[in-house]
Amino acid sequence: MKLRGLAALVVFAAALAVPAFGSRFYTFLANDVIIWALFATSLNLLVGYTGLVSFGHAAYFGVGAYVTGILMKKLALPFVLAWPAAGVFGAACALLFGFFCVRLTRIYFAMLTLAFAQIVWAICFKWNELTGGEQGMPEIPYPDFGWLERLGASVPVLGWRTAEYFYFLTVVLVAVCLWVLHRIVTSPFGRMLTTIRENAERAEFIGVNVRRYELAAFVLAGTFAGLAGGLFGIFNRGVFPDFAYWTKSSEVLIMTLLGGMSTFFGPSIGALVLILLNQQIVSYTEYWPLVLGTVLVVLLFGFPGGIAGAIGALSDRVFRRVRSA
Amino acid sequence: MPDASFVFAQSLSGLTAAMFLFLIASGLSLIFGVLRVLNFAHGTFYMLGAYLAYQSMLWLGPGPGRFWLAALGAALGIALLGGVVERVLFRHLYGKEELYQLLFTYALGLILSDAAKIFWGTQQKSVSRPPELSGSFTLFGATIPQYNLFIIMLGPAIALAFWFVLQRTRAGRFIRAAALDRETLGALGVNVDRLYTGVFMLASFLGGLGGALISPMRATTPGMDTEVIVEAFVVVVIGGLGSLWGTFLGAVVYGQVLSFGILFFPRFSIFAVFALMAAVLIIRPWGLLGRPLR
Repeated sequence: MKLRGLAALVVFAAALAVPAFGSRFYTFLANDVIIWALFATSLNLLVGYTGLVSFGHAAYFGVGAYVTGILMKKLALPFVLAWPAAGVFGAACALLFGFFCVRLTRIYFAMLTLAFAQIVWAICFKWNELTGGEQGMPEIPYPDFGWLERLGASVPVLGWRTAEYFYFLTVVLVAVCLWVLHRIVTSPFGRMLTTIRENAERAEFIGVNVRRYELAAFVLAGTFAGLAGGLFGIFNRGVFPDFAYWTKSSEVLIMTLLGGMSTFFGPSIGALVLILLNQQIVSYTEYWPLVLGTVLVVLLFGFPGGIAGAIGALSDRVFRRVRSA
Repeated sequence: MPDASFVFAQSLSGLTAAMFLFLIASGLSLIFGVLRVLNFAHGTFYMLGAYLAYQSMLWLGPGPGRFWLAALGAALGIALLGGVVERVLFRHLYGKEELYQLLFTYALGLILSDAAKIFWGTQQKSVSRPPELSGSFTLFGATIPQYNLFIIMLGPAIALAFWFVLQRTRAGRFIRAAALDRETLGALGVNVDRLYTGVFMLASFLGGLGGALISPMRATTPGMDTEVIVEAFVVVVIGGLGSLWGTFLGAVVYGQVLSFGILFFPRFSIFAVFALMAAVLIIRPWGLLGRPLR
């Protein structure tokens, strides 16, 4: 347990050090990875821990992105208000939609989450006055780092650009969110979610209100997806309707599965691998979907536990051999 | 209030769109009903049907009736592709968790649609309407292309043929039995594996036919698969997953809501169809004419 905490700290420190050692491009990539890691981990609360396959998780990501974007660009609210608002709105949408979704099971659950996400997408796509419609909303401002930049001007070591300050902010905020999520899944509440995944009927038998737990998980997942979306809109310098389109939902689902749903950090690994892979492949060929599809087929047939699952199985085998030797 | 002829024309255009959706969605619904897999790649089969029709037109060169040959050839080609896909890949999905099925068929769609991009590029491809049906006529003051009328008549004809096959033939009885209980059917000596391949080929044929027939009306472009698959989901969900007439009804409802939605609330017509889908799932998850899953 202690070892894991230490590993998390090392990753956190390494993430903070990226702008100092890597180029601007690597900072950009790392920023992308970190936000998607939060998005994928929020989805894993549903898919991996509770066993609910949501095919519309992009809805809450999109809502968060638009809320932060609109508040910061149109109302010029500061980031400290606009970003938490993304979580609040994500949670509110998840509560409204989830209330109906948790009443359904399996394929119908997936279909209803998809329907709600498409509703969000349709609203973003058509409500020109509020969302900018099809064109989206470009030029979302960065948070105000004025005092840091003034400080940076006097202390040469701190002389970063705004994008880099935003990167540091993202690292810290996502780390806090992941810590909270980790606390949630290791709490008695989180254990109960796993119980529901394993056997909802039995959970019902011992007096657990399964639907209420599922709804709580749904709302929490929506909250953190909203927060991820809020960060992504700023990072992306614009918010667009396809943030909520169903292909985004499948993208994040693929990340989660690629990394491995059975572990907490699996989805983050998935985000890292998928984004780096994309960046590598795209520089060679335009046929990224072909590569992605092939990777996915291999994964589904060969490594259903994802990368984290495969590593876990491998290390188990090595340990066993070491012990038996 | 727009005048009556305009409303009539609008409802016919909605009906045309509905019949295309029926062709695609009926295959989706059949695969779900019998094989219990929701096939995301079905939209890609439809797109490939359109591309194959375009390609066959090029190969066939000028001549009478070549559009029909091309369309039929394209649909058969897609059926064959479907057969191979089912034999080699789909086979391993039966009885697996939904998540794996959904992502696997999604991956398949990605691969096939990118392969189409390799062959046909990203430029729009268009096919000219068959000369026999290139005209139009006037009915109740509305001008209607002959081709649209053909599609509107073809939809119910296919639905009836489909119904006849399912209800009145030996193969249809097997298909219905397989949807209810695969094991028992196998124990009774029916080759269920081959039946599944046949069902998948039939569904792929319908999807490919839909794509081939829409190619003279809409340009074929990459990305038409992701658009249509969501529409087809809406249709089968509204009508009821696995129900033939439900899919027909769902397609008609979808077409009308969309075409009248555009007329009266241009901004919210897409919103309306997804809201309808959500409402059906909330009130009657198994759809208007479907039956609850066991």
